Parts: sequence; structure tokens; C-alpha cells
Amino acid sequence: MVAEKLQYSSVRLSKVAVSETHGEDSPYFAGWKVYDENPYDELSDSDGVIQMGLAENQVSFDLVEEYLEKHSANIGNEASTFRENALFQDYHGLKSFRKAMASFMEQIRGGRAKFDPDKIVITAGATAANELLTFILADPGDALLIPTPYYPGFDRDLRWRTGVNIIPIHCKSSNNFEITRESLESAYDEAESKNVKVRGVLITNPSNPLGATIARPVLEGILEFVTRKNIHLVSDEIYSGSAFSSDEFVSISEILEARKYQESERVHIVYSLSKDLGLPGFRVGTIYSYNDHVVKTARRMSSFTLISSQTQQLLASMLSDRQFTESYIKTNRERLKKRQQMIVSGLENSGIKCLRGNAGLFCWMNLNPLLNECTKEQELELWKLILHEVKLNISPGSSCHCSEPGWFRVCFANMSERTLEVALKRIHNFMSSRNLCS
Amino acid sequence: MELKGSSNLSTLASSNDHGENSLYFEGWKAYDNDPFHPSRNPKGVIQMGLAENQLSFELIEDWIKKNPQASICTPEGVQAFKDIANFQDYHGLPQFRNAVAKFMGRVRGGRASFDPERIVMAGGATGASELLMFCLADRGDGFLVPSPCYPAFDRDLRWRTGVQLLHVECKSGNNFQLTKQSLEDAYENARKANIKVKGLIIANPSNPLGTTMDKATFKMLVKFINDKKIHLVCDEIYSATVFRGPRLVSVSEIIEEIECDRDLIHIVYSLSKDMGLPGFRVGIVYSYNDKVVSCARKMSSFGLISSQTQYFLASMLSDEEFVGKYLSESAMKLANQHDLFTRGLEEVGIKCLESNAGLYVWMDLRPLLKEATFEGEMDLWRVIIGDVKLNVSPGSSFHCHEPGWFRVCFANMDINTMRIALGRIRKFVVQESDQVLQVKKQKRTSKRSHGLTLSFSSQMYDETCSSPRMLSPHTPLPQSPLLRART
Repeated sequence: MVAEKLQYSSVRLSKVAVSETHGEDSPYFAGWKVYDENPYDELSDSDGVIQMGLAENQVSFDLVEEYLEKHSANIGNEASTFRENALFQDYHGLKSFRKAMASFMEQIRGGRAKFDPDKIVITAGATAANELLTFILADPGDALLIPTPYYPGFDRDLRWRTGVNIIPIHCKSSNNFEITRESLESAYDEAESKNVKVRGVLITNPSNPLGATIARPVLEGILEFVTRKNIHLVSDEIYSGSAFSSDEFVSISEILEARKYQESERVHIVYSLSKDLGLPGFRVGTIYSYNDHVVKTARRMSSFTLISSQTQQLLASMLSDRQFTESYIKTNRERLKKRQQMIVSGLENSGIKCLRGNAGLFCWMNLNPLLNECTKEQELELWKLILHEVKLNISPGSSCHCSEPGWFRVCFANMSERTLEVALKRIHNFMSSRNLCS
Repeated sequence: MELKGSSNLSTLASSNDHGENSLYFEGWKAYDNDPFHPSRNPKGVIQMGLAENQLSFELIEDWIKKNPQASICTPEGVQAFKDIANFQDYHGLPQFRNAVAKFMGRVRGGRASFDPERIVMAGGATGASELLMFCLADRGDGFLVPSPCYPAFDRDLRWRTGVQLLHVECKSGNNFQLTKQSLEDAYENARKANIKVKGLIIANPSNPLGTTMDKATFKMLVKFINDKKIHLVCDEIYSATVFRGPRLVSVSEIIEEIECDRDLIHIVYSLSKDMGLPGFRVGIVYSYNDKVVSCARKMSSFGLISSQTQYFLASMLSDEEFVGKYLSESAMKLANQHDLFTRGLEEVGIKCLESNAGLYVWMDLRPLLKEATFEGEMDLWRVIIGDVKLNVSPGSSFHCHEPGWFRVCFANMDINTMRIALGRIRKFVVQESDQVLQVKKQKRTSKRSHGLTLSFSSQMYDETCSSPRMLSPHTPLPQSPLLRART
């Protein structure tokens, strides 16, 4: 019935579709592929690649499971509320969910900041939240300033469909990658010299990949800078619940509250449950803005990326249970701290130093002494070696736009302690073979 | 230095392209302020502007009771919690993709089959249509869309993408069917305006018309896009709401019957309408173009479906017995509700476009317009909202080229509420017919002292409708049987 299939010359897709800005050709993703082909398994493939490139939190899952087992009879009684919930597509999001999120965020900050549920906008993950904010704060061709090293996914999330540029704020190991006034000014000047309009600064606090919180005076300095330049500040605080001690994490929200919210209209916070609660599959992201116009616009835009009402309902229950949340936050911090100490001391025994960290699901490891030449190419060679011979997928600093070669991000919370021991052993053997152990 | 209001935000954020200033939403506000409730607020506004399918929830609720393991929150299902909560792969759960592909095939009566590898997730159909625009068109490019069309396309397809929408007007004269001439005209107009047309988007079944596209027209359409080498996006989100013949002809069938470049063919799907689950944000992009699948999948990171929801739906939609039962009962309930409503309207002389699908009817209120203009339509609409207290959607918000048409939803209420709505309509029509007759009598007998000067706020100005010719006693006006009976 169908005529002989004709040959068609391919019709062009959009520029966005054919661009490489999705970033998936970077080493960050190449390592995953090697892992996928030969994943480590304690029993069936003890020679496989150990995934240390994925910042996931699996150390406290049992607490969530315990909560569910205790409450599943209640939460699971879904037939009776099903209809109402299935119909709920209001882009304001479930009020109970927003209240629970606001309360959870307050608890993480030790009560040092208050969050108004009506300023919370829901999005399907922090990925969507960051992109959405970029659409609202900047026009195509404009720029956001981001301190390096930064999360590789930002290249896609902030730039791909928005057409916005990222200009790096270069941070150096000599002062522990602190964001200095000079580095901010320098990045801003770079933009000006290219005739690019800077619309804001985006920081991740606690930092990915550094695994460290940003100190209060530094935050104040950044706030002073954005105020002076009359630009926005986005603070991605998705690792806030993963700071090892509540006292060491200072959120921008605390600083604003202490100043009675002066200049707060330029500040916006991104949060998610993917890291702190280990629920990346649920796509739970939020934007918190002190700017009513941003809240209103973000809410409208969230139509493209709402959170499933089923998931909102589940989390509203879970996060409004203070007994659960307080115990979870405390225990999670303790376990992450212990895990980090384990990997840092293990690395030290192998002659490897890490940046002093106090948060997150990873540590920032310095393999610079191992480089033949202090270049990006040599770093990638070392990375490939570690991937194929040591069989560890770790993330090279260059994929995080680090200006100094030789740094690597190593995740420690997405595996069991036993697997971590195996990984440390492999590193130790590798370093021994190079006569580099202390 | 103060960051005032919107002064320091993007152009996008400061524009009105979010579309919420349209009438489509004004009616909702009237409803929100005074919502109908059978006992608590029986005189409130009845919501007939929301295309939701609420008729078949019992079937789903029943299934849930019998299948507790489908939920990761129940004692029976909680052991799956950890793996599911951790699953963020943008390929989606394999069992979810398989179940959706199978479901889509069943909805089309097995006349087409879908490859699970081509199924890409998105944040509802809203997210899916926008995503396809990002893949297929650049800023400033154009996409043709037959009108009347879904109002939110203005936001979904244009707001963040910068794509322009070019309406292909369909007219009541031939029951709003798409014609080759109108397509050619629209394409040519775009060319003259120097707009690069990258594709065409249709909704089949149509929103707001409630009709499915016939095979001949569809083949003409596919031939058209194939000749012009432009993309075809078929929004088939109402595919399972077909409640009567003619049966749905999906683009997936057409391409098996006529020769075309499959790289041009893309489908948007969702479970929000067919299954009444808008809260679950289940949007699907299905493309026959490998590059688009690949690009769309990467983009889906911005709107993935919650793994909890994927897991639940994978279980429900792969229950073949349930699916069969659901599809047939849902269609039956929609048919009954549709017939009850249209019969009630007919009894008071109101006609609707003949339809076989959708959750709404396309109601012809041209006879009730005091003036055959969009201003007249707006006046009538405000009366319907304010006095009759029904939130219906005026045709102008659907970019209809002629005034007097309204979309009225019937599947989001029970029969009692519908009877109340019909009662209100009945009362109103009787009053209005009297009044319209009076007005028309006056206009015929009075001298034409002033022409039709319209201080127009509407953007939908259409010259042919405001011509004095329309009000001449010699021009045959469309009249309801009720009016005829009285003159």
C-alpha cells in the first residue's frame, strides 16, 4: 500500500536542538557510560567500576523507610483522597506541602531564618528551578557570574534553552577557593569588556564540588557586591541539610533576616529534596524569592514543570512530622560527617590531600602532584587512567571549570561503607604503585 | 539602590505572554470568588470553563483498593520505595514507557503501535508542547495553528521559546474544517511577512471543537506539511475521549497509509484528560524523528515525571483488563453526559457543533448576540458569567474568527449540577430571546442615526462582522427555532 520509501533530506531542527550546550559530551558524562558498561557489584562484579561521580545521598535512607513503614497505613490510604489529589493542578502547589517545606527549610537553618509558604514556588527538581530563574532574571545574551569550580550541569541548566551565558568567577586553591571581592570584580569586568550585561551572581552554598560551606563574611561580601552592581543573587542551597553541623552553615536567608530584609528583593533561593532526603526520583524542587514579582512570574512559569500532586501529598505528610524531620536532619548530618572523615583519612593514608570540607556528599581531592604537567590535558589523562585502571569514576575538575588542573570531585554517600573501603583500597594500591604513599 | 518591581527582570518576565490577562482566565476568577456548591453555595458560579474528566474516578479508585502494591507508600508497596525514590534516569522507568506505549495503542483500537523507546517524558502536555517548540523552531520562527484553538497555546508555544503563532482560520460555514486553501493562504502570508514557518500544530480531537479529523482532511494535511518540508505536531491528548463515531484517526495511522517523511511527525500526549489525572503531570513527547527523541530526552530533565507516579501508572496501565474496562466505560459516560447536555440545550433552541469527542461542546450563541461583533460576544459572556452564573469560555479567547461561539465543559460535574446549569440556561434564553427580539425590532424601525461605532478594546476585531450589512432586515440571520416561533 505504501509507495517505495523515498529518501528525504533531513529537515533542520532548531539551533537549540543541534547545539552542544546540553553538555553531554563532557567527561562528566563519559565516565558514567564506562560505569554503565561495567558497574561494580559486591557479589557479582567485584572488579567493576565504582561510581564515585554521582552526588546521591544513600546514607540515611533507612530513616525514611522506617518512617514509611510506621505511617504507611495512613499515607497509603489513597483511594479516599485520590480524586481530589489527582485533579489538583493548581500551580500554587498544595498549601500543606508548601508549609511543610517552609518548616523543613527553617529547621535545617536551626530556626535562624523564617520562610513564608506563599513565597515558595514548586518546580520539578532544582534543574528546572535554576533554568526557570534564569529565564526570569536574564535575557538571551546576558550573563550570570558563577564561582568556579561549579556543578557541571549548570552549563546546560542555565544556558541551553535560555541563551544566557555563564562567566566564571575564578577562585584559587591558595585561599581555599574563597570568593573574593577581586574575583567578583574581575568577572564583572570581563563581562563588560565583552559587552555582555551581567544580571546576577549564582552561588551554591554549601558548594558543589568543594563540599564546603561559604563563610558569613564572604556571603556578606557577595551581597554587598550584587547590591552595588544592582544585580540579582541566586543561592542554590540544595545541600543545606548536608552540612555536617547546623552551626557551620550560614544561609543567605539568615543574613537577610538579620538585616530586616533590606535589599532582599534581589535574592532568590533554590532548594530540592534530591540531596538532603535522597529522593531525586520524585523531582521536588522549589524556588524561594523575596521578590513578589519574581514569585508571581515563577509561579506562572512553573506550569511547565510542576511537582506531581501525589508526591506533594506524600511529602506534605512526611515533612510536617517534626519528630521525623528533626531526627532525620540530625542523624543525616552525623552519618555524612562520619563518612567524609572516613574517606578523607583514607585518602590521607594514601598521600592524597583534600580541601577541608564540612558539607555535601563529596570531597574535593587534590591530585595535582600526580600530573606530569600542570595542564587540563594531563588532568584528563590522569582521569582516564583512574577510570580504566583503578576503576573509579570520579569527576575531573576541568568539567567543573576549575582554573587549576589536578583537582577531582569524589562522591562518598552513594555507596555502602564496604564499597567505600574497596574504593579506598584501590586508591591506596594505585598510589603505592607510584611510590607516593606517605 | 532598590530593585523595583519588574524593572530588573528579563523581558520575558515583564511581558504579558504568560497569557493570564486573557478572558479565558477572567472567568476563572469570577468562579474562584463565588464557586458553586450544591448545598453550601447553590447560587454560585458553575464552572464550565475547565476541561476536566471527572466522570470515571470510581473505576480508578476501585482499582487502587484492589492494587495497594502499586503505591510505594502502602505496606504492600513500600519495599519498592528506595529504588523508585532514587530513580532519576531521564529515560524513565522501562515499565512506565512500556505501559504508556501499550495504552496509546489500545486507545487507537490497535490500529497503531508505539515504540517505548520513542516515549519521552515532559511536565504535562504543557511542558511537552513547549519542549517540542524548543526542538523544532528558533526564536522568531513561525508555527501554524488552526483556529479556533486552545488558548494556552499562546503561552505554552510562545512565551519562553520566542516562536510566533500563525493562525489558520477555520470557519463555521464548513463546520470549522481545515481546508487546503486556508493552509496555503496562511503559509503564503507568513512568507510575505518574512516569517520562517517551521511547522504546524493541530489538536486531534480538537479543543475547542470536540471533533476528530477525518481521513481525507488528514491526508491532505500530511501531504501539505510533507510538500513544504515542515514539522507536524499532533496534540492527541483527548484521544480517549472519543465517545461516538467517527472513530479517531491518529497521525500514527495516516503515516502508514501515505508516503511522508516521518522525521516530520511528532505527537504530544498526556493522561490529564483521558484519565482525569491533571495533578500527576504526565506529559509525553512521541517523535518518529530519532534526533528529536534524543534531544527531547535530554530536555526532559527540566520536567521529568515523579518516579512515584511513573511506578503507579506503570502498574495501572499495564493491567489490560482494567484498561479495556476503563476505556469503554469512560466513553459511555462521556457520551451520556454529552447527550444529556446537548439535548437540554436543543430544547431551548441552542445548537452546538456536532461533535464526537472532548470534554466540552462548541456552543453556537450567535442568535443571542445583540451585535454580531466581538464586543457583542464579550457583552453576552459577561452576562452569562455575572447573571446566569456559568463560567463558559468565549470563542474569542480561542482565536475564533467569528463572534458568538462558546466552549462549554460538561465532564467536570455530576448530573444534578448539569441539570441546574441547564435550568439557568433555559431561563436565560427565554429572557434573552425576548430582549433580542425587542432590540432587533427597534433597530429595524428606527432610522440609521449613527453607524456602528465601536470603541473596541478587544484584539479580536473582525471587519466582516461589524459591517452594517449584518443588521439589515434583508440579511438572513441565523435564528434559533425559538425565535422563529415568536416572529
